[in-house]
Amino acid sequence: MSDTTTEIGEFEENTGEPEHRTRSRIWQGVFWVALIGFLLIAPTLFYPVFVMQLLCFALFAAAFNLLIGFTGLLSFGHAAFFGGAAYIAGHALKVWGFPPLLGIAAGTLFAAALGWAVGSLAIRRQGIYFAMITLALAQIVYFFVLQMPFTGGEDGLQGIPRGHLLGFIDLNQPLAMYYTVAAIFLVGFLVIYRIIHSPFGQVLQAIRENEPRALSLGYNVDRFKLLAFVLSAALAGLAGSTKALVFQFASLTDAHWQMSGEVILMTLLGGMGTIFGPVVGAFVVVTLQHVLSGIGSWVQVVIGGTFIACVLLFRRGIVGELARLLKINSL
Amino acid sequence: MDPMIRLILAQGMLGLNNGVFYAMLSLGLAVIFGLLNVVNFAHGALYMLGAFLALILYSYAGAWVGLDALHIGFWPALILAPLMVAGFGMLIERFMLRRLYKLDPIYSLLLTFGVTLVLQGLFINFFNASGTPYPGMPESLRGVVNLGFMMFPKYRLFVIIFSIIVCFVVWYIIERTRIGSRLRAGTENPELVKAFGINVPLMVMLTFGFGTGLAGLAGVLAAPIYSVSPLMGANLIIVIFAVVVIGGMGSIAGAVVTGFSLGLVEGITKVFYAPAANTVIFLLMVIVLLVRPNGLFGRQS
Amino acid sequence: MSTTTLIKPMLKIENLHAWYGESHVLHGVNLELGEGQLITLLGRNGAGRSTTLRSIMGMVDRRTGSIAINGQEFITKPAHRISPDGRIGFCPEERGIFASLTVEENLLLPPMVGADGMSIEELFDMFPNLANVRKRMGTRLSGGEQQMLAIARILRTGARLLLLDEITEGLAPVIVKTLGRVIRDLKTRGYTIVLVEQNFRFAAPLADRHYVIEHGEVIDTIEAADVEASMDRLNHYLSV
Repeated sequence: MSDTTTEIGEFEENTGEPEHRTRSRIWQGVFWVALIGFLLIAPTLFYPVFVMQLLCFALFAAAFNLLIGFTGLLSFGHAAFFGGAAYIAGHALKVWGFPPLLGIAAGTLFAAALGWAVGSLAIRRQGIYFAMITLALAQIVYFFVLQMPFTGGEDGLQGIPRGHLLGFIDLNQPLAMYYTVAAIFLVGFLVIYRIIHSPFGQVLQAIRENEPRALSLGYNVDRFKLLAFVLSAALAGLAGSTKALVFQFASLTDAHWQMSGEVILMTLLGGMGTIFGPVVGAFVVVTLQHVLSGIGSWVQVVIGGTFIACVLLFRRGIVGELARLLKINSL
Repeated sequence: MDPMIRLILAQGMLGLNNGVFYAMLSLGLAVIFGLLNVVNFAHGALYMLGAFLALILYSYAGAWVGLDALHIGFWPALILAPLMVAGFGMLIERFMLRRLYKLDPIYSLLLTFGVTLVLQGLFINFFNASGTPYPGMPESLRGVVNLGFMMFPKYRLFVIIFSIIVCFVVWYIIERTRIGSRLRAGTENPELVKAFGINVPLMVMLTFGFGTGLAGLAGVLAAPIYSVSPLMGANLIIVIFAVVVIGGMGSIAGAVVTGFSLGLVEGITKVFYAPAANTVIFLLMVIVLLVRPNGLFGRQS
Repeated sequence: MSTTTLIKPMLKIENLHAWYGESHVLHGVNLELGEGQLITLLGRNGAGRSTTLRSIMGMVDRRTGSIAINGQEFITKPAHRISPDGRIGFCPEERGIFASLTVEENLLLPPMVGADGMSIEELFDMFPNLANVRKRMGTRLSGGEQQMLAIARILRTGARLLLLDEITEGLAPVIVKTLGRVIRDLKTRGYTIVLVEQNFRFAAPLADRHYVIEHGEVIDTIEAADVEASMDRLNHYLSV
């Protein structure tokens, strides 16, 4: 049933032509410059807290894209890693008194381990079942978060201290906090970029294009999928832990299935299988939520409608369409 | 009777009562998946829609047409609401899903997820998010019956029996009638069925309507038991996904049997360790994935 | 086109092109046959013979040109109208027996397309083996039984134009012989038949005319009377 699989994050694979490649490089360079420029000046233009929220979600979406866009796996349970890590990081910072970076590392590590457990179960089935299994497993995590004594139940985990970075930089200073988050985002994003362009990433894309062929070429497809899943979960955890530190708060919504849906939307809207798409998608969705926060639960209707419109009319996403207009293969 | 056994039987009955909804919803999902290769995320939302339609027909529809005294009751709703849900489902199929059949099936999952959010958001705006009780339970089904080991609500007993009949009729139609044989043939090789002169696009639309109508029917049945709330389908659909991962979507009978059994298991779990009751189905899913990755009734892929 | 058909054509295909996705499979096929005639489509695997039949049935992604049946244009019809409007019965490659249907359900699956289809009894007379396995699941039949079922299935519907794709493939000689008798019988009953065949010895005595297809085009047409004289050419076309 999965042999009809087509065009997840579809791109014409004619990377052969050198002019194409140069054009791709140039435009990628433009995006990198724009991104770094934005990171540097953003706090002068917007509320730092808002930008930090953007960056956490952008990293989350980019991590998610590693799976859907570059491996062809739809996880419907990524909120478990994002939210789960937020709770663990929050607990480590608040109760165990971890310094900020160590707390974030704890959350990230937890997400990686959880990703390994969820991933090794989910890869036993393919295609659409994979999505259903990840969703169901994430629901177990949600129930745990709801019921464990340390999570604060419905109220969430509150009062997480920001602490001092490396012992001397006070993260209660907004700009210190901001540049820390920007650095974490950039490191996470670079890691993802490196993964995509490594030989490992090439194999992942081969699996996405045609799993049976990758299998017949002798690749241990399951191991590649699992590793991709763990990496994606860990990076989602990094984003979740950072968010907990920024907002000093880990909440149930971070672990809820609706969050898993939102990260899918960000990636889809920005462009599955593109490099910068998830970042753009996250920016658009988060901004939209801010702008629309006055209309209450109509936001959900708007989000749902955007989903429908994207799937029906706009499957390449913003950056994917842009890449098509610019006639380049990867952006 | 040993009180322990009595307790198990009682919780088993209540579990079976939840199993009704697992069975009917996973049955509809399986029927749709068989022919369309679509996993309908909106199935839970359409169940919610069915329940709301029953509520609206009883409490609001009369006033909307200027007849304040008119309450369209449970029995008419049992027919009308599923038909309306089926009609809504067919519109979704005709104007949205149909454009996605040539693509990876995850796109139709995402589309129906979007539909879920829209439906949920709309009902949250217009109705109380924490639920509204359905006042239209028929007089004849009020009260309790003595089952020997417990006093059981008459209505719930009706729901169990009624849904077993519905599931059996659906199974019979699909496995034993001419129309069902067309459906099965369409599941295997729609192109050839079309070449034989059967209007497959129409059959697909009707099948989607039928599957979603079943969800609507389950919603009407649920309305008098649980309070009617915009989120009633959201958590259910995730349990249903676990049910179909356990049972596999390849078999109609498998979906029904798995649904009822898991309801039972969930109920009995309450006796022994109550906090695990809402995760036991997910844990069973994990075990099934470890032992029989293709599901209990799944075909070897 | 050197055909000397005196009967008006029942099926006339002109300049038929067909595509699967992006790949262009047929490049302008022309052929025709009159009522009651039997033609074969010969050629190597992948030449486009099956695709010609599938194009007639609307089972390709895109097709252009003209397919006229009794003078009526069929190229624009939706796939599910082709069989009933043209009274066509299609027997696909690898038989197309449905695994989840019993023999009887398989037999009853295609809707009637004409009033004078064969009755179940007649069909069981023609294919006695099938009578004993009515309730068995479709795929639990031997290859020969499956093939007979596939033919019986379209005879029941009242189709008058039969498109038969590789019906002898992989079957034992004795069954091939039976099928030969069946086809001859159908021809005397006035059915019009297009036969895609690999087995020329099976097809030769049945056909009025042979079309040789290569690279999605008809490259040669050989009337039954000229077969003897054209053996060298034919051997050349069909040698692998």
